This record gives sequence, C-alpha cells and structure tokens, in this order.
Amino acid sequence: MHLMYFTEQPFGSYPRAEAEKFGYSTTLFSNKHFDANEASRLYNERLEEYLYAEEVGVDGIMLNEHHNAPYCMQAKINIFASILAAMTKRVKLVLLGNPLPLSDNPVRLAEEIGMIDLVSKGRLVSGIVRGSGGEQLATNTNPAFNRERFEEAHDLLIKAWTQPGPWRWEGNHYQLRVVNQWVLPYQKPHPRIWVPGIFSTETVVWSAEHRYPYIALNTTLDATKAIWKIYDDAAARVGYTAGPEQRGYLIRCHVQDNEEKAHQGGKQFMWMQGEFLGKSHPYWTMPSGYGSPTTRKQRLGAKKAVAPPYEQQLETLQIIAGTPDQVVKKLRVIMEQTRPSILALWANDGGVSHKDSMNCIRLLGQEVMPALRDIGKGLGLKSPFEVNSPVSLAYTPKDQLKPVPASA
Amino acid sequence: MTIALAATKKETVQVGSLKVQMLKGGKGSPLLVLHREFGSPGWIQCLEELAAKHTIYLPSHPGFDSSDLPQWARSVRDLACLHLWLLDELKLSNIDVLGLGFGGWIAAEMATMNHKAFRKMALAAPMGVQPKEGEIYDQFLVGPLEYIQTCFHDKTKCNQQWGSQPTVDQLEIWEINREMTTRVAWKPYMFDQSLPHLLPGVKTPSLIVWGKEDKIVPASCGKQYQQLLPNARLETIAGAGHCVEYEKPSELAKLVGDFLA
Repeated sequence: MHLMYFTEQPFGSYPRAEAEKFGYSTTLFSNKHFDANEASRLYNERLEEYLYAEEVGVDGIMLNEHHNAPYCMQAKINIFASILAAMTKRVKLVLLGNPLPLSDNPVRLAEEIGMIDLVSKGRLVSGIVRGSGGEQLATNTNPAFNRERFEEAHDLLIKAWTQPGPWRWEGNHYQLRVVNQWVLPYQKPHPRIWVPGIFSTETVVWSAEHRYPYIALNTTLDATKAIWKIYDDAAARVGYTAGPEQRGYLIRCHVQDNEEKAHQGGKQFMWMQGEFLGKSHPYWTMPSGYGSPTTRKQRLGAKKAVAPPYEQQLETLQIIAGTPDQVVKKLRVIMEQTRPSILALWANDGGVSHKDSMNCIRLLGQEVMPALRDIGKGLGLKSPFEVNSPVSLAYTPKDQLKPVPASA
Repeated sequence: MTIALAATKKETVQVGSLKVQMLKGGKGSPLLVLHREFGSPGWIQCLEELAAKHTIYLPSHPGFDSSDLPQWARSVRDLACLHLWLLDELKLSNIDVLGLGFGGWIAAEMATMNHKAFRKMALAAPMGVQPKEGEIYDQFLVGPLEYIQTCFHDKTKCNQQWGSQPTVDQLEIWEINREMTTRVAWKPYMFDQSLPHLLPGVKTPSLIVWGKEDKIVPASCGKQYQQLLPNARLETIAGAGHCVEYEKPSELAKLVGDFLA
C-alpha cells in the first residue's frame, strides 16, 4: 500500500455570507474578501501539518491546485512541493497534478518538476491533470483544445525528460525551437506519472493505455468499479494485465478520538461539496468545449447535481468519519471491493482547526494507516513502488506486452 | 418569429472536405447573410422582407448548427476563408452581404481578404475590433440562454423566439455553436488585433447598423468600424439591443434594403 495524506488547503474562514449573497464562491467571487494575515497563518499551519504527517509515518503527501477560489489555496503545486522537498526527508511528494493544458511552455514545467525531484532526491510523483473548467477561465486557456493540449504537453514533457537535447518541437499547440534544458529529473527514466480524475472515460482509457495509475477522486463504489473495468479492458488491449498497482483512490476521511468530534470535522466536507456543487456555475465548471462531444446531450439534459445529505454520504462511504477503529472498518470495505494500492486520505477541510487537524493526522499515522497496511497485505494490494512496476507502457519491455484485440 | 416558406430550400454545399448546410430563398440579386455565433436564425421576418428583392443565401458557418466541423480552424479568419471558398463553389462574386454580429466580423474579414468579394456590405453590430471604450460582453461567463437574453433589449421578444426554458435539442445546438465560437474567438475574446489595420483597404460601400441599447458590443466599435472603413456610414436603431434583426426586423430590413437598392 501507498498511503497518502491530503487536504485541499481551503481558506476555511472566508466570508461565506458574502458568497451566499453573491450566489457563487468561485471564479467571479471577488478576491477583495481575501485576508493576507489569515492566508499566511493557514499556509504555515499546513506546512506544520505536512511535516507532522511525515513524522507520524504517512507514505506520501498529495498536493493539488486550483485557481480563483477559496476552496483551494494552492495556486501552484510546484511551489509547495519545492518547499516540502527541502523540509521533508522521507515522504513521497505526490503532485496530483500539474494542469498541463494551462502551461504555454511544458518545457519550463519539465524544468520545475526536475528541480523538485533533484532537491527531494527522487521522492517526487509527477501527476498530471487537464485542469478543471474554472482553471481554463482563470488562465484564459481555450477549453476547446484542453485535451489536445494535455496530450501534446505530456508527450513534450516526457521527451524533454528522456531525450538528450538540443532538439526542436513543432507541434500543434506547442512550438519550441531550442529544447535543451539543463535540469533533468533525479529519477530515471523519469518520475512516475499518476493521473487523478473524477471519471472521464477518455482520461481513464488514456491513463491505462500509458500504464499510468489512475487515481479515482472520491467516486462512488459503483463508479470506481466501472472505472476499473474500463481501465482493465484498455490495459488488456495494449498488452498488460492491470492490477492494484495501477489503482488509486482518494476518500474523504476524518478521524478523531471520539465519534462526536469526528463528525464535527466530517461535516466540514459538506462545505467543500457546497463549493463544488451547490455554489458552482455550470458554465464555469464546464465551459463550452471542455467536455467530450459524445456526452454533450446527456450533460445538457442532466439535472444540477446536489450533494446528498451528510448521513447518506456516510452510509454510501462517500465520507468516512469516526474513531480509528470505525474508519478502518469502513476503509476495509472500499479496499476489498475496489482493490487500490494507492490510497489518499482527504482528512481535513473546511473549518477544521489546526489543533484538530494535527490530532487527525496523528491518529491516521499511528493507528489507521498501520491497520490499512495490514489489510492491504492480506489483500495483496502492492503499490507501484513495492512491485517496481514500469513507469509507463513506453518503458515496459516489449516482450512483456501481449495485446488482446478489443473484440476478444 | 421564424417563418416557414415553401419558397425556401435547404442545400448542402461541399467546401473542400466540409459539407456546409445552407438555407436559400427569395428572388432577386444575391444577398449572403452571415449569422450570429449562436446559430442560423432560420427564415425570420427580417429575411422574409429582404427576400422580396434578393435571393438570400444563409449558410451555417462551418462548425455551426449541422455544418461539418473544421477541427483545424483556430480563427474567425479561417471561417472567412471558408466562406470565400463557399462563394466560389456557388459561383457568386461581387454580391451583397449582411453580417449579423459575429457574422458581421466574418464578413469584414472576407472583405479584407478579397476587396472584390462584395458589392455592398451591411454589418449589424459586428464584433471583430477591440473596443476603444468598454468591453465586449463575455458570453462564456454565463449560460447560452442568459447570453441570448442579454442580446435583447426586450427580453420578452427573446422568450417569444425560444421560450424561457429551451428544449434540450435547442440547448445542444447552442452548445455546439458555443464550442465552435470557443475554438475561434476565445483569445483575444471576440476581436482580432490586425483587423483594424486591414479594414482601411476595404473600399466596399458599407452600412454599419447599431441597436441603441446593445449590451453586447459597445457602441464605440460602431464608430471604429465607420472610421476604419473608407466608405461607410453608421445608423442607429432605437429600441433594439444587439439582436436588431429580431427586435426591429422591418427597420433593419428597410435600412439594409434601401442601402442595397
């Protein structure tokens, strides 16, 4: 098992009443409500929490980024990863991930990631994402070319890491005539790439076809199973059998010494869901051109998603909250049914205090994660690091690939 | 209201590898009508009135409505090139054009590329130039219905056209058209920095029409077009927003009809 700690780094104390009044809390919700003292305090508390997470034994720290919204204050994961590369000693730094299409120069990104990998002495996992709809607006990146840019930037990134320069890249969306950056990653052939997502079939298939682990972001049990079916089929088509080492899962999971306190913190996840679902504007979340044309009509006919009540989400394992024993029991169900070897625990959000966050991290590291490792061992859930799986399909020896035709 | 007329017919024109859908109707000298970014209006009253003296060619831009999508297209100039190609396929040259909003921008681009493409050019509140005052309304920050309603001075006229709760089929057409608009006009949003430098070469007699209550494209753009085109006059229609052809169909038909006469 590879067990990670995650928080979205929310600006939990932003004036919610103002957002209620405005109707939205993202994109056009004014940054005049930003408070520098508060943000500085939060950033420093988060750093302390990450260092503590390493101390109590988590395997990895997962980082993500969003823009123009208080629900996630990481404007650039490479910056936090740089800080952590210098301040931590053992944990993997798992970027999930750099939003490739937003970059106009993926070679600069290759340099930044390379530097973090060098400083951390090879502890980096360099996940990649398309960036959500709001990110396209925040950076004025054309959503209609998002997937094309994602795939081309990926190809360029890999080439920049693995093929000695100088060479030139004259692509569809990127043109760079002198690629010869003097920063290359510490890990060879390149840092591992993981791909998080909330179930876009195209991305699941693309990840499987590259043999990159897919990290399902808090999807329902049924959706997660459907994802693995799609992933496994695509993996078989390109010639390998996908296993737990390709399966990652992120779950909201808050733990405290007693149940009452745990639910107090667990309910903070509802605020997050409000940000995403309740107060998001459909055309900011999904700008025209961002989604797949094949699902266009279905999306337009769908009713606006509303987060189910907290109690219902506890029942369906969308949120887990409780004492260490209670959460382990529930996480076991997820592990048994969906068999991930990479598990990220999204533990603290909304207005959970620094003190409570630290206690949650302590319990995760000292009680929950050791139990999960035992369960994972029993279920044979070995991480990509444990089985030393190839970093990609391109780096899988050809004689190990036995493609199965789609019709078989 | 959209008017169904036996005299109109749907045609498919092959433009390179693309099939372009077109509505044709009326009698008289050819008039190319280039639609807005939310799609072909169909045979609306304004066009019916113009059709008394003109044969109207109303193509759906490549990538819009059910015309084929040019995956490679990145700019409004690309669409303008395809429309010049379309005219070639239809064996039309030196004809009249009416460009509505976004379609007006396409017409202007066509004119800069072929100074002989049009005999006369009527543009209703065209996008395409960066406003010296104000900003072009950003439709991508709102949904299609809210945007189209904002295109009207009188929202009830908009609702008469599409209803206050459009069908999923209508939403799908709007979405297809928004996607194509995104492809060609996302950045810079709805203008081209080189167009103002090319317009002075277009000597085509031009009529620029602006709805007095236009909340989409600032009135300053009308003045800019008038000043940049060497042979243009600017007219304003009271009581109309951006969608002049829907809100004041007869007034626009008369202005354009008289200009083309």
